[in-house]
Amino acid sequence: MPTHLDNEQSLVAAAQAGDSDAFVTLLNQYSRHIYRVGLSITGNHQDAEDVLQESSLKAYRAIAEFQGNSRFYTWLVRIAVNVALGKLRKRALWKESSLDEPREGEDGSYIPLEIESWGDDPEKACLHNELQQLLAEIIQKLDPKSRTVFTLRDVEKFTIEETAKVLGLSIPAVKTRLLRSRLKLREELTKYFGKDARNAMPTSRR
Amino acid sequence: MRCRQVVDKISEYIDGELDPELVRELERHLQHCEDCRVVVDTTRKTVEVFCHTEPAPLPDDVRERLNQMFRHSFRKGEPN
Repeated sequence: MPTHLDNEQSLVAAAQAGDSDAFVTLLNQYSRHIYRVGLSITGNHQDAEDVLQESSLKAYRAIAEFQGNSRFYTWLVRIAVNVALGKLRKRALWKESSLDEPREGEDGSYIPLEIESWGDDPEKACLHNELQQLLAEIIQKLDPKSRTVFTLRDVEKFTIEETAKVLGLSIPAVKTRLLRSRLKLREELTKYFGKDARNAMPTSRR
Repeated sequence: MRCRQVVDKISEYIDGELDPELVRELERHLQHCEDCRVVVDTTRKTVEVFCHTEPAPLPDDVRERLNQMFRHSFRKGEPN
């Protein structure tokens, strides 16, 4: 979760009193995070920009309704997630069933297939922007609901409870989605960072 | 504890939210199961690599269009 501004409360109060500069200052603190959330959920830059614009405008129009029960960023992300999910619904991608269901045993548990320790840590194995590109690609291998849960919990560092609240899911449902997402992403990353990795890094694939 | 149960508990284990009794059972299993050690270690690294990666700065053109949108809204006197 991004660092919040020291004077966030007074900026929120000023924005609620109609100070548009205060709102823009607040938004500038979080806009790249909102863009990343939009990109993670929708999977493309155009939709991510639409999510940023639409959720910013909605937040601006609704700032008077923000009651300060959560952090401003949590409130803003909730708006952005709803906008992003609305786009997926329009694209008919938001389904109860997964687009890429994990393998399950007879008792419903996940069965790891890639069992191989990693060589160097990913941060050492490739450049920062290469790693960002790889992570952005790999997260799209999750179904939309799972990648939304994973994005909030492990990318934006929300708690399980906050993630459940933002998405209107139960805590067990969030935990189940999170576990499967982590295991699925672990397998995908092992293809790159496993000691006998078969895949080249993203830049050399181009 | 069996391998399947370890996999089911990985998330709570690496988040430090697993009951201490289950932590002891899980760690006893890890002592003699190389495969589970690898899965636990690489799952932890997976979470770390995502949560350590800072978002890229907003692309200049995206920021400019966002500012344009706000200038337009402010001119119109929103919110009413």
